[in-house]
Amino acid sequence: MSVVPAEVLPGGALAVEDTAGGAAELAPAARFWPSLVAVYRAQLSRARVARIPLLFVATFQSVGIMIMMRGVVDTRPEAQSVVAGSSVVVVAYVALNLLAQYFGQLRASGGLDHYATLPVPPAAVVLGAAGAYASFTVPGTLVTAVFGCVLFGLPLTNLWILVAVIPLAGAALSGLGAACGLLAPRPELATLLGQLGMSAALLLGVLPPDRMPEPVRLARDLLPSTYGVEAYARTFGARPDWAFVGADLGVCAGVGVVSLAVATWAYRRAAVR
Amino acid sequence: MRGLTKTYPAVKARRGAPGAAEVLATDAVELDVRRGEIYGLLGPNGAGKSTLVRQLTGLLRPDRGSVEILGHDIVRHPERAARLLAYLGQESTALDELTVSLAAETTGRLRGLDVRQARAERDAVLDELGLTPIAGRALKKLSGGQRRLACLAAALVGERPLLVLDEPTTGMDPVARRAVWAAVDRRRAERGTTVLLVTHNVIEAETVLDRVAVLDRGRVIACDTPAGLKERVSGEVRVELVWRERPPLDVPEVAVLRDRAVEAGRRWTLRLAPEEARAAVATVTGGAAFAALDDFTLATPSLEDVYLALGGAARQGLVKA
Repeated sequence: MSVVPAEVLPGGALAVEDTAGGAAELAPAARFWPSLVAVYRAQLSRARVARIPLLFVATFQSVGIMIMMRGVVDTRPEAQSVVAGSSVVVVAYVALNLLAQYFGQLRASGGLDHYATLPVPPAAVVLGAAGAYASFTVPGTLVTAVFGCVLFGLPLTNLWILVAVIPLAGAALSGLGAACGLLAPRPELATLLGQLGMSAALLLGVLPPDRMPEPVRLARDLLPSTYGVEAYARTFGARPDWAFVGADLGVCAGVGVVSLAVATWAYRRAAVR
Repeated sequence: MRGLTKTYPAVKARRGAPGAAEVLATDAVELDVRRGEIYGLLGPNGAGKSTLVRQLTGLLRPDRGSVEILGHDIVRHPERAARLLAYLGQESTALDELTVSLAAETTGRLRGLDVRQARAERDAVLDELGLTPIAGRALKKLSGGQRRLACLAAALVGERPLLVLDEPTTGMDPVARRAVWAAVDRRRAERGTTVLLVTHNVIEAETVLDRVAVLDRGRVIACDTPAGLKERVSGEVRVELVWRERPPLDVPEVAVLRDRAVEAGRRWTLRLAPEEARAAVATVTGGAAFAALDDFTLATPSLEDVYLALGGAARQGLVKA
Protein backbone atom coordinates (compact mmCIF):
# COMPACT_ATOMS: atom_id res chain seq x y z
CA MET A 1 0.00 0.00 0.00
CA SER A 2 1.26 3.41 -0.86
CA VAL A 3 0.60 6.37 1.31
CA VAL A 4 1.41 9.83 0.12
CA PRO A 5 1.00 12.10 3.09
CA ALA A 6 3.55 14.57 1.84
CA GLU A 7 1.02 15.98 -0.55
CA VAL A 8 -1.64 16.26 2.08
CA LEU A 9 0.21 18.55 4.42
CA PRO A 10 1.27 22.10 3.61
CA GLY A 11 4.84 22.60 2.51
CA GLY A 12 5.19 18.94 1.83
CA ALA A 13 6.82 18.84 -1.57
CA LEU A 14 8.41 15.48 -2.10
CA ALA A 15 11.94 15.59 -0.93
CA VAL A 16 13.35 13.66 -3.87
CA GLU A 17 12.97 16.61 -6.13
CA ASP A 18 14.41 19.03 -3.62
CA THR A 19 17.49 17.04 -2.83
CA ALA A 20 18.22 15.98 -6.36
CA GLY A 21 20.57 18.95 -6.69
CA GLY A 22 22.79 18.31 -3.69
CA ALA A 23 22.94 15.54 -1.16
CA ALA A 24 23.58 16.35 2.48
CA GLU A 25 27.15 16.40 3.63
CA LEU A 26 28.30 13.17 5.20
CA ALA A 27 29.76 13.34 8.68
CA PRO A 28 33.42 12.28 8.69
CA ALA A 29 34.05 8.57 9.18
CA ALA A 30 36.10 7.55 12.18
CA ARG A 31 39.73 6.99 11.27
CA PHE A 32 41.39 3.64 11.82
CA TRP A 33 43.89 4.28 14.62
CA PRO A 34 41.72 6.50 16.82
CA SER A 35 38.85 4.01 16.58
CA LEU A 36 41.15 1.11 17.32
CA VAL A 37 42.42 2.92 20.42
CA ALA A 38 38.85 3.75 21.49
CA VAL A 39 37.66 0.14 21.06
CA TYR A 40 40.78 -1.17 22.77
CA ARG A 41 40.31 1.13 25.73
CA ALA A 42 36.63 0.29 26.09
CA GLN A 43 37.28 -3.44 25.81
CA LEU A 44 40.09 -3.28 28.35
CA SER A 45 37.82 -1.53 30.82
CA ARG A 46 35.15 -4.18 30.19
CA ALA A 47 37.69 -6.87 30.76
CA ARG A 48 38.75 -5.25 34.02
CA VAL A 49 35.19 -5.32 35.30
CA ALA A 50 34.01 -8.64 33.96
CA ARG A 51 37.01 -10.83 33.31
CA ILE A 52 39.27 -10.61 36.36
CA PRO A 53 37.72 -13.69 38.01
CA LEU A 54 38.20 -15.57 34.75
CA LEU A 55 41.82 -14.52 34.56
CA PHE A 56 42.33 -15.97 38.01
CA VAL A 57 40.75 -19.19 36.80
CA ALA A 58 43.07 -19.25 33.79
CA THR A 59 46.15 -18.65 35.90
CA PHE A 60 45.25 -21.15 38.61
CA GLN A 61 44.46 -23.72 35.95
CA SER A 62 47.93 -23.37 34.45
CA VAL A 63 49.65 -23.31 37.83
CA GLY A 64 47.69 -26.42 38.82
CA ILE A 65 48.73 -28.24 35.67
CA MET A 66 52.38 -27.48 36.36
CA ILE A 67 52.13 -28.71 39.94
CA MET A 68 50.54 -31.94 38.71
CA MET A 69 53.15 -32.41 36.01
CA ARG A 70 55.96 -31.80 38.52
CA GLY A 71 55.63 -35.38 39.70
CA VAL A 72 55.57 -36.87 36.20
CA VAL A 73 58.21 -34.90 34.35
CA ASP A 74 61.81 -35.79 34.97
CA THR A 75 63.89 -34.47 32.07
CA ARG A 76 64.71 -30.86 31.40
CA PRO A 77 63.28 -30.69 27.83
CA GLU A 78 60.01 -32.04 29.20
CA ALA A 79 60.00 -29.43 31.95
CA GLN A 80 60.58 -26.75 29.35
CA SER A 81 57.57 -27.76 27.28
CA VAL A 82 55.35 -27.98 30.37
CA VAL A 83 56.25 -24.46 31.52
CA ALA A 84 56.03 -22.96 28.03
CA GLY A 85 52.79 -24.82 27.29
CA SER A 86 51.14 -23.78 30.54
CA SER A 87 52.05 -20.16 29.95
CA VAL A 88 50.59 -20.15 26.45
CA VAL A 89 47.42 -21.89 27.70
CA VAL A 90 46.61 -18.68 29.62
CA VAL A 91 46.75 -16.83 26.29
CA ALA A 92 44.58 -19.49 24.64
CA TYR A 93 42.02 -19.39 27.42
CA VAL A 94 41.47 -15.65 27.29
CA ALA A 95 42.22 -14.78 23.67
CA LEU A 96 40.64 -17.77 21.99
CA ASN A 97 37.98 -19.08 24.32
CA LEU A 98 36.69 -15.89 25.92
CA LEU A 99 36.88 -13.82 22.75
CA ALA A 100 34.99 -16.47 20.76
CA GLN A 101 32.31 -16.40 23.44
CA TYR A 102 32.20 -12.62 23.47
CA PHE A 103 31.79 -12.22 19.73
CA GLY A 104 29.35 -15.13 19.58
CA GLN A 105 27.12 -13.51 22.17
CA LEU A 106 27.49 -10.06 20.67
CA ARG A 107 26.45 -11.36 17.29
CA ALA A 108 23.52 -13.39 18.62
CA SER A 109 22.11 -10.61 20.79
CA GLY A 110 22.26 -7.97 18.08
CA GLY A 111 25.03 -6.09 19.86
CA LEU A 112 26.99 -5.84 16.61
CA ASP A 113 24.35 -3.40 15.37
CA HIS A 114 25.86 -0.84 17.68
CA TYR A 115 29.20 -0.95 15.88
CA ALA A 116 27.66 -1.49 12.47
CA THR A 117 25.72 1.77 12.69
CA LEU A 118 28.85 3.74 13.55
CA PRO A 119 31.23 4.86 10.79
CA VAL A 120 34.08 2.76 12.14
CA PRO A 121 36.40 0.52 10.08
CA PRO A 122 35.55 -3.16 10.79
CA ALA A 123 39.22 -3.98 11.29
CA ALA A 124 39.39 -1.42 14.12
CA VAL A 125 36.60 -3.20 16.02
CA VAL A 126 38.09 -6.66 15.57
CA LEU A 127 41.70 -5.63 16.25
CA GLY A 128 40.72 -3.43 19.19
CA ALA A 129 38.84 -6.27 20.86
CA ALA A 130 41.50 -8.87 19.99
CA GLY A 131 44.26 -6.57 21.23
CA ALA A 132 42.46 -5.92 24.50
CA TYR A 133 41.91 -9.62 25.15
CA ALA A 134 45.53 -10.41 24.26
CA SER A 135 46.80 -7.65 26.60
CA PHE A 136 44.61 -8.97 29.30
CA THR A 137 46.52 -12.24 29.28
CA VAL A 138 49.82 -10.54 30.18
CA PRO A 139 49.67 -10.73 34.00
CA GLY A 140 48.43 -14.34 34.01
CA THR A 141 51.05 -15.47 31.52
CA LEU A 142 53.85 -13.76 33.45
CA VAL A 143 52.76 -15.22 36.78
CA THR A 144 52.52 -18.70 35.24
CA ALA A 145 55.91 -18.42 33.52
CA VAL A 146 57.73 -17.19 36.62
CA PHE A 147 56.06 -19.74 38.88
CA GLY A 148 56.89 -22.51 36.40
CA CYS A 149 60.53 -21.51 36.10
CA VAL A 150 60.90 -21.47 39.87
CA LEU A 151 59.04 -24.78 40.27
CA PHE A 152 61.07 -26.64 37.66
CA GLY A 153 64.35 -24.81 38.31
CA LEU A 154 64.54 -23.23 34.85
CA PRO A 155 66.43 -19.95 34.19
CA LEU A 156 64.50 -16.69 34.13
CA THR A 157 67.11 -15.07 31.85
CA ASN A 158 65.17 -15.22 28.60
CA LEU A 159 61.77 -14.44 30.07
CA TRP A 160 61.79 -11.25 27.99
CA ILE A 161 60.85 -13.39 24.97
CA LEU A 162 57.29 -13.27 26.34
CA VAL A 163 57.21 -9.66 25.10
CA ALA A 164 57.12 -11.20 21.60
CA VAL A 165 55.34 -14.47 22.41
CA ILE A 166 52.28 -12.92 24.07
CA PRO A 167 51.36 -10.45 21.32
CA LEU A 168 52.11 -12.85 18.47
CA ALA A 169 50.49 -15.94 19.96
CA GLY A 170 47.78 -13.56 21.19
CA ALA A 171 47.20 -12.25 17.66
CA ALA A 172 46.97 -15.77 16.22
CA LEU A 173 44.67 -17.11 18.93
CA SER A 174 42.47 -14.05 19.30
CA GLY A 175 42.09 -13.90 15.53
CA LEU A 176 40.93 -17.51 15.58
CA GLY A 177 38.67 -16.82 18.56
CA ALA A 178 37.10 -13.77 16.89
CA ALA A 179 36.61 -15.65 13.63
CA CYS A 180 34.97 -18.59 15.45
CA GLY A 181 32.71 -16.26 17.39
CA LEU A 182 31.67 -14.27 14.34
CA LEU A 183 31.24 -17.20 11.98
CA ALA A 184 29.39 -19.57 14.31
CA PRO A 185 25.71 -19.49 13.44
CA ARG A 186 24.73 -19.85 17.10
CA PRO A 187 26.38 -18.54 20.28
CA GLU A 188 26.49 -22.03 21.83
CA LEU A 189 28.51 -23.17 18.86
CA ALA A 190 30.92 -20.25 19.30
CA THR A 191 31.37 -21.22 22.95
CA LEU A 192 31.93 -24.83 21.94
CA LEU A 193 34.53 -23.91 19.33
CA GLY A 194 36.32 -21.67 21.78
CA GLN A 195 36.34 -24.40 24.44
CA LEU A 196 37.58 -27.01 21.99
CA GLY A 197 40.34 -24.72 20.78
CA MET A 198 41.40 -24.08 24.33
CA SER A 199 41.35 -27.78 25.21
CA ALA A 200 43.44 -28.53 22.15
CA ALA A 201 45.96 -25.87 23.14
CA LEU A 202 46.01 -27.34 26.63
CA LEU A 203 46.42 -31.01 25.71
CA LEU A 204 48.71 -30.56 22.73
CA GLY A 205 50.70 -27.67 24.12
CA VAL A 206 51.46 -28.77 27.66
CA LEU A 207 52.35 -32.42 27.14
CA PRO A 208 55.89 -33.03 25.87
CA PRO A 209 55.69 -33.89 22.15
CA ASP A 210 58.25 -36.77 22.07
CA ARG A 211 55.81 -39.18 23.72
CA MET A 212 52.94 -38.37 21.35
CA PRO A 213 51.85 -40.74 18.57
CA GLU A 214 52.41 -39.48 15.03
CA PRO A 215 48.83 -38.30 14.17
CA VAL A 216 48.59 -36.36 17.43
CA ARG A 217 51.93 -34.74 16.73
CA LEU A 218 50.59 -33.71 13.32
CA ALA A 219 47.55 -32.13 14.98
CA ARG A 220 49.93 -30.37 17.33
CA ASP A 221 51.79 -28.89 14.37
CA LEU A 222 48.56 -27.53 12.95
CA LEU A 223 47.70 -25.61 16.10
CA PRO A 224 49.09 -22.06 16.01
CA SER A 225 49.62 -21.95 19.78
CA THR A 226 52.20 -24.72 19.37
CA TYR A 227 54.60 -22.29 17.71
CA GLY A 228 54.30 -19.88 20.60
CA VAL A 229 55.01 -22.75 22.99
CA GLU A 230 58.01 -23.92 20.93
CA ALA A 231 59.47 -20.44 20.63
CA TYR A 232 59.28 -19.92 24.36
CA ALA A 233 60.54 -23.44 25.21
CA ARG A 234 63.62 -23.01 22.99
CA THR A 235 64.76 -19.95 24.98
CA PHE A 236 65.36 -22.03 28.12
CA GLY A 237 68.41 -23.63 26.50
CA ALA A 238 71.92 -22.56 27.39
CA ARG A 239 72.48 -21.31 23.84
CA PRO A 240 69.06 -20.91 22.19
CA ASP A 241 68.87 -21.08 18.41
CA TRP A 242 67.35 -17.68 17.77
CA ALA A 243 66.66 -18.43 14.12
CA PHE A 244 64.23 -21.20 15.11
CA VAL A 245 62.67 -18.95 17.75
CA GLY A 246 62.20 -16.30 15.07
CA ALA A 247 60.71 -18.82 12.63
CA ASP A 248 58.23 -20.06 15.26
CA LEU A 249 57.19 -16.54 16.07
CA GLY A 250 56.93 -15.82 12.34
CA VAL A 251 54.38 -18.65 12.02
CA CYS A 252 52.37 -17.09 14.89
CA ALA A 253 52.51 -13.71 13.20
CA GLY A 254 51.43 -15.17 9.86
CA VAL A 255 48.52 -17.06 11.38
CA GLY A 256 47.65 -13.89 13.30
CA VAL A 257 47.50 -11.78 10.14
CA VAL A 258 45.41 -14.36 8.28
CA SER A 259 43.04 -15.13 11.14
CA LEU A 260 42.49 -11.47 11.95
CA ALA A 261 41.76 -10.80 8.29
CA VAL A 262 39.25 -13.66 8.30
CA ALA A 263 37.73 -12.30 11.50
CA THR A 264 37.38 -8.85 9.94
CA TRP A 265 35.68 -10.37 6.93
CA ALA A 266 33.42 -12.38 9.25
CA TYR A 267 32.56 -9.22 11.14
CA ARG A 268 31.50 -7.42 7.96
CA ARG A 269 29.41 -10.42 7.02
CA ALA A 270 27.80 -10.68 10.46
CA ALA A 271 27.15 -6.95 10.79
CA VAL A 272 25.28 -6.48 7.51
CA ARG A 273 22.96 -9.35 6.80
CA MET B 1 12.45 22.77 2.02
CA ARG B 2 15.11 20.16 1.98
CA GLY B 3 13.61 16.94 3.01
CA LEU B 4 14.37 13.39 3.50
CA THR B 5 12.84 10.53 1.66
CA LYS B 6 12.74 6.87 2.31
CA THR B 7 10.87 4.87 -0.21
CA TYR B 8 10.64 1.14 0.07
CA PRO B 9 8.73 -0.49 -2.68
CA ALA B 10 10.51 -3.28 -0.86
CA VAL B 11 9.52 -6.86 -0.67
CA LYS B 12 11.63 -8.23 2.08
CA ALA B 13 11.65 -11.97 2.34
CA ARG B 14 13.56 -13.54 5.13
CA ARG B 15 13.77 -17.12 6.08
CA GLY B 16 12.19 -17.82 9.44
CA ALA B 17 12.89 -20.89 11.52
CA PRO B 18 14.45 -23.79 9.61
CA GLY B 19 11.86 -25.51 7.48
CA ALA B 20 9.40 -22.67 7.83
CA ALA B 21 8.14 -20.73 4.87
CA GLU B 22 9.71 -17.44 4.01
CA VAL B 23 8.38 -14.51 5.95
CA LEU B 24 7.45 -11.35 4.20
CA ALA B 25 8.59 -8.89 6.82
CA THR B 26 8.06 -5.67 4.95
CA ASP B 27 5.92 -5.62 1.89
CA ALA B 28 6.33 -2.76 -0.57
CA VAL B 29 6.46 -0.15 2.15
CA GLU B 30 6.60 3.44 1.00
CA LEU B 31 7.31 6.27 3.38
CA ASP B 32 8.34 9.86 2.98
CA VAL B 33 9.70 11.58 6.03
CA ARG B 34 10.25 15.30 5.91
CA ARG B 35 13.19 17.05 7.42
CA GLY B 36 12.71 18.15 11.02
CA GLU B 37 9.80 15.84 11.61
CA ILE B 38 9.23 13.42 14.46
CA TYR B 39 7.87 10.52 12.51
CA GLY B 40 6.51 7.44 14.19
CA LEU B 41 6.30 3.82 13.16
CA LEU B 42 3.50 2.26 15.13
CA GLY B 43 2.49 -1.35 15.08
CA PRO B 44 2.23 -4.51 17.15
CA ASN B 45 5.07 -6.98 17.63
CA GLY B 46 5.98 -8.64 14.38
CA ALA B 47 4.50 -5.90 12.21
CA GLY B 48 7.83 -5.37 10.47
CA LYS B 49 8.96 -2.22 12.28
CA SER B 50 12.38 -3.54 13.17
CA THR B 51 12.98 -4.98 9.71
CA LEU B 52 12.09 -1.63 8.22
CA VAL B 53 14.47 0.16 10.55
CA ARG B 54 17.27 -2.32 9.83
CA GLN B 55 16.86 -1.67 6.12
CA LEU B 56 16.90 2.05 6.72
CA THR B 57 20.07 1.96 8.82
CA GLY B 58 21.94 -0.12 6.26
CA LEU B 59 21.98 -3.20 8.51
CA LEU B 60 19.78 -5.23 6.22
CA ARG B 61 19.71 -5.14 2.47
CA PRO B 62 16.20 -4.95 1.04
CA ASP B 63 15.40 -7.44 -1.69
CA ARG B 64 13.82 -4.72 -3.72
CA GLY B 65 13.25 -1.05 -3.42
CA SER B 66 15.27 1.97 -2.57
CA VAL B 67 16.15 3.93 0.53
CA GLU B 68 17.21 7.50 0.21
CA ILE B 69 18.39 9.57 3.15
CA LEU B 70 19.16 13.25 2.60
CA GLY B 71 20.01 12.59 -1.01
CA HIS B 72 22.09 9.47 -0.43
CA ASP B 73 21.18 6.06 -1.77
CA ILE B 74 21.50 3.73 1.23
CA VAL B 75 20.83 0.51 -0.67
CA ARG B 76 23.77 1.15 -2.94
CA HIS B 77 25.97 2.69 -0.21
CA PRO B 78 24.88 1.16 3.11
CA GLU B 79 28.06 2.40 4.76
CA ARG B 80 26.89 5.99 4.35
CA ALA B 81 24.00 5.42 6.74
CA ALA B 82 26.38 5.52 9.70
CA ARG B 83 27.59 8.94 8.63
CA LEU B 84 24.08 10.33 8.32
CA LEU B 85 22.16 8.90 11.22
CA ALA B 86 22.47 7.81 14.81
CA TYR B 87 20.67 4.62 15.71
CA LEU B 88 19.40 3.56 19.10
CA GLY B 89 18.65 -0.15 18.86
CA GLN B 90 16.85 -2.27 21.40
CA GLU B 91 19.98 -4.10 22.49
CA SER B 92 22.63 -2.67 24.76
CA THR B 93 24.94 -5.71 24.87
CA ALA B 94 27.79 -3.88 23.15
CA LEU B 95 27.84 -1.28 25.92
CA ASP B 96 26.64 -3.27 28.93
CA GLU B 97 29.95 -3.68 30.71
CA LEU B 98 31.13 -0.11 30.18
CA THR B 99 30.48 2.79 32.48
CA VAL B 100 27.89 5.31 31.31
CA SER B 101 30.60 7.87 30.72
CA LEU B 102 32.91 5.54 28.77
CA ALA B 103 30.02 4.20 26.68
CA ALA B 104 29.12 7.72 25.58
CA GLU B 105 32.72 8.75 25.00
CA THR B 106 33.66 5.62 23.04
CA THR B 107 30.57 5.91 20.85
CA GLY B 108 31.47 9.53 20.15
CA ARG B 109 35.02 8.53 19.23
CA LEU B 110 33.71 5.85 16.89
CA ARG B 111 31.42 8.46 15.36
CA GLY B 112 34.56 10.27 14.26
CA LEU B 113 35.03 12.82 17.05
CA ASP B 114 38.48 13.50 18.46
CA VAL B 115 39.14 12.91 22.15
CA ARG B 116 38.47 16.51 23.19
CA GLN B 117 35.21 16.80 21.24
CA ALA B 118 34.02 13.38 22.38
CA ARG B 119 34.60 14.27 26.03
CA ALA B 120 32.96 17.67 25.72
CA GLU B 121 29.90 16.22 24.00
CA ARG B 122 29.76 13.35 26.46
CA ASP B 123 29.69 15.77 29.40
CA ALA B 124 27.03 17.92 27.73
CA VAL B 125 24.76 15.00 26.87
CA LEU B 126 25.10 13.28 30.26
CA ASP B 127 24.29 16.57 31.92
CA GLU B 128 21.32 17.19 29.63
CA LEU B 129 19.83 13.76 30.38
CA GLY B 130 20.56 13.94 34.10
CA LEU B 131 23.00 11.04 33.97
CA THR B 132 25.99 12.83 35.50
CA PRO B 133 25.42 11.35 39.01
CA ILE B 134 25.59 7.80 37.63
CA ALA B 135 28.28 8.46 34.99
CA GLY B 136 30.77 6.18 36.74
CA ARG B 137 28.52 3.14 36.98
CA ALA B 138 28.49 0.20 34.60
CA LEU B 139 25.41 0.00 32.38
CA LYS B 140 24.52 -3.50 33.43
CA LYS B 141 24.32 -2.42 37.07
CA LEU B 142 21.63 0.15 36.22
CA SER B 143 17.88 -0.29 36.10
CA GLY B 144 16.28 -0.92 32.70
CA GLY B 145 15.14 2.67 32.29
CA GLN B 146 18.47 4.15 33.30
CA ARG B 147 20.31 1.81 30.95
CA ARG B 148 18.04 2.85 28.12
CA LEU B 149 18.74 6.49 28.92
CA ALA B 150 22.49 5.80 28.91
CA CYS B 151 22.20 4.15 25.49
CA LEU B 152 20.31 7.18 24.24
CA ALA B 153 23.11 9.36 25.58
CA ALA B 154 25.56 7.30 23.52
CA ALA B 155 23.35 7.75 20.46
CA LEU B 156 23.27 11.52 20.92
CA VAL B 157 27.04 12.04 21.22
CA GLY B 158 28.30 13.17 17.81
CA GLU B 159 25.63 15.12 16.01
CA ARG B 160 23.64 13.51 13.21
CA PRO B 161 20.85 15.04 11.12
CA LEU B 162 18.69 11.94 11.54
CA LEU B 163 17.98 10.01 14.73
CA VAL B 164 16.48 6.54 14.44
CA LEU B 165 15.20 5.55 17.87
CA ASP B 166 13.76 2.10 18.43
CA GLU B 167 11.50 2.35 21.48
CA PRO B 168 13.72 4.82 23.31
CA THR B 169 11.63 5.23 26.45
CA THR B 170 10.96 1.58 27.32
CA GLY B 171 11.08 1.09 31.07
CA MET B 172 11.68 4.75 31.87
CA ASP B 173 10.06 6.73 34.64
CA PRO B 174 8.22 9.97 33.74
CA VAL B 175 11.20 12.16 34.66
CA ALA B 176 13.48 10.26 32.29
CA ARG B 177 10.84 10.33 29.55
CA ARG B 178 10.59 14.08 29.84
CA ALA B 179 14.36 14.37 29.63
CA VAL B 180 14.34 12.28 26.45
CA TRP B 181 11.69 14.35 24.70
CA ALA B 182 13.27 17.60 25.84
CA ALA B 183 16.61 16.48 24.38
CA VAL B 184 14.99 15.40 21.12
CA ASP B 185 12.98 18.61 20.83
CA ARG B 186 16.03 20.75 21.49
CA ARG B 187 17.93 19.08 18.65
CA ARG B 188 15.01 19.54 16.37
CA ALA B 189 14.59 23.21 17.24
CA GLU B 190 18.29 24.08 17.10
CA ARG B 191 19.55 21.91 14.28
CA GLY B 192 16.47 20.73 12.40
CA THR B 193 17.14 17.13 13.37
CA THR B 194 14.73 14.58 11.95
CA VAL B 195 13.56 11.78 14.21
CA LEU B 196 12.22 8.40 13.19
CA LEU B 197 10.67 6.77 16.21
CA VAL B 198 9.64 3.14 16.50
CA THR B 199 7.10 2.63 19.20
CA HIS B 200 4.24 0.58 20.35
CA ASN B 201 3.41 2.96 23.10
CA VAL B 202 0.19 4.53 21.87
CA ILE B 203 0.03 7.29 24.43
CA GLU B 204 3.51 8.45 23.61
CA ALA B 205 2.75 8.28 19.90
CA GLU B 206 -0.21 10.59 20.35
CA THR B 207 1.71 13.22 22.23
CA VAL B 208 5.14 13.43 20.62
CA LEU B 209 4.76 12.52 16.98
CA ASP B 210 4.17 14.89 14.09
CA ARG B 211 3.10 12.07 11.84
CA VAL B 212 2.71 8.39 12.27
CA ALA B 213 2.67 5.40 9.94
CA VAL B 214 0.73 2.41 11.20
CA LEU B 215 2.31 -0.88 10.20
CA ASP B 216 0.55 -4.19 10.09
CA ARG B 217 2.01 -7.41 8.72
CA GLY B 218 4.70 -5.62 6.76
CA ARG B 219 2.40 -3.06 5.20
CA VAL B 220 1.65 0.55 5.96
CA ILE B 221 -2.07 0.58 6.61
CA ALA B 222 -2.30 4.29 7.40
CA CYS B 223 -0.12 7.35 7.59
CA ASP B 224 -1.17 10.75 8.88
CA THR B 225 -0.86 13.05 11.88
CA PRO B 226 -2.15 11.46 15.09
CA ALA B 227 -5.06 13.93 15.04
CA GLY B 228 -5.75 13.20 11.38
CA LEU B 229 -5.83 9.50 12.05
CA LYS B 230 -8.16 9.95 14.96
CA GLU B 231 -10.53 11.97 12.81
CA ARG B 232 -11.12 8.87 10.78
CA VAL B 233 -12.94 7.39 13.72
CA SER B 234 -14.14 10.67 15.23
CA GLY B 235 -17.72 9.66 14.72
CA GLU B 236 -17.25 6.94 17.27
CA VAL B 237 -17.03 6.67 21.00
CA ARG B 238 -15.35 3.85 22.87
CA VAL B 239 -17.49 2.28 25.58
CA GLU B 240 -15.95 -0.14 28.01
CA LEU B 241 -18.10 -2.23 30.28
CA VAL B 242 -16.83 -4.39 33.10
CA TRP B 243 -19.25 -6.92 34.52
CA ARG B 244 -19.19 -8.16 38.10
CA GLU B 245 -19.42 -11.86 37.28
CA ARG B 246 -21.10 -12.52 33.98
CA PRO B 247 -22.92 -10.27 31.54
CA PRO B 248 -26.71 -10.17 32.03
CA LEU B 249 -27.53 -11.71 28.66
CA ASP B 250 -31.17 -12.09 29.71
CA VAL B 251 -31.53 -8.33 29.17
CA PRO B 252 -32.26 -8.15 25.40
CA GLU B 253 -30.40 -4.84 24.87
CA VAL B 254 -27.26 -6.32 26.43
CA ALA B 255 -27.55 -9.46 24.32
CA VAL B 256 -27.63 -7.22 21.22
CA LEU B 257 -24.52 -5.33 22.35
CA ARG B 258 -22.62 -8.55 22.76
CA ASP B 259 -22.43 -9.05 19.01
CA ARG B 260 -20.53 -5.79 18.63
CA ALA B 261 -18.28 -6.13 21.64
CA VAL B 262 -14.69 -7.31 21.79
CA GLU B 263 -14.66 -9.49 24.89
CA ALA B 264 -11.68 -9.85 27.20
CA GLY B 265 -12.71 -11.74 30.31
CA ARG B 266 -15.28 -9.64 32.12
CA ARG B 267 -14.48 -6.60 29.99
CA TRP B 268 -16.39 -5.63 26.86
CA THR B 269 -15.04 -2.98 24.52
CA LEU B 270 -17.44 -1.40 22.02
CA ARG B 271 -17.00 1.27 19.41
CA LEU B 272 -20.32 2.98 18.90
CA ALA B 273 -21.82 6.06 17.33
CA PRO B 274 -22.54 8.72 20.00
CA GLU B 275 -26.32 8.03 19.88
CA GLU B 276 -25.83 4.31 20.31
CA ALA B 277 -23.35 4.88 23.09
CA ARG B 278 -25.82 7.03 24.97
CA ALA B 279 -28.51 4.36 24.63
CA ALA B 280 -26.10 1.62 25.69
CA VAL B 281 -25.04 3.56 28.77
CA ALA B 282 -28.68 4.22 29.65
CA THR B 283 -29.40 0.52 29.39
CA VAL B 284 -26.55 -0.69 31.55
CA THR B 285 -26.89 2.00 34.20
CA GLY B 286 -30.55 1.26 34.84
CA GLY B 287 -32.60 -1.77 35.68
CA ALA B 288 -31.38 -5.34 35.83
CA ALA B 289 -28.17 -4.79 33.91
CA PHE B 290 -26.89 -2.24 36.46
CA ALA B 291 -26.80 -4.89 39.17
CA ALA B 292 -24.39 -6.93 37.08
CA LEU B 293 -22.21 -3.96 36.11
CA ASP B 294 -18.93 -3.38 37.92
CA ASP B 295 -17.59 -0.38 36.01
CA PHE B 296 -17.95 1.48 32.74
CA THR B 297 -16.01 4.13 30.84
CA LEU B 298 -16.72 6.33 27.86
CA ALA B 299 -13.80 7.71 25.89
CA THR B 300 -13.04 9.56 22.69
CA PRO B 301 -11.08 7.40 20.26
CA SER B 302 -7.33 6.93 20.63
CA LEU B 303 -4.77 5.72 18.11
CA GLU B 304 -5.52 2.29 19.48
CA ASP B 305 -9.06 2.57 18.16
CA VAL B 306 -7.74 3.82 14.85
CA TYR B 307 -5.56 0.77 14.61
CA LEU B 308 -8.48 -1.51 15.32
CA ALA B 309 -10.76 0.35 12.93
CA LEU B 310 -8.17 -0.05 10.19
CA GLY B 311 -8.32 -3.78 10.68
CA GLY B 312 -5.07 -4.31 12.54
CA ALA B 313 -3.68 -7.78 13.02
CA ALA B 314 -6.24 -10.17 14.48
CA ARG B 315 -8.03 -7.15 15.91
CA GLN B 316 -6.01 -7.52 19.07
CA GLY B 317 -4.88 -3.96 19.30
CA LEU B 318 -1.51 -2.54 20.10
CA VAL B 319 0.39 -3.12 23.25
CA LYS B 320 -0.59 -0.29 25.52
CA ALA B 321 2.19 0.61 27.89
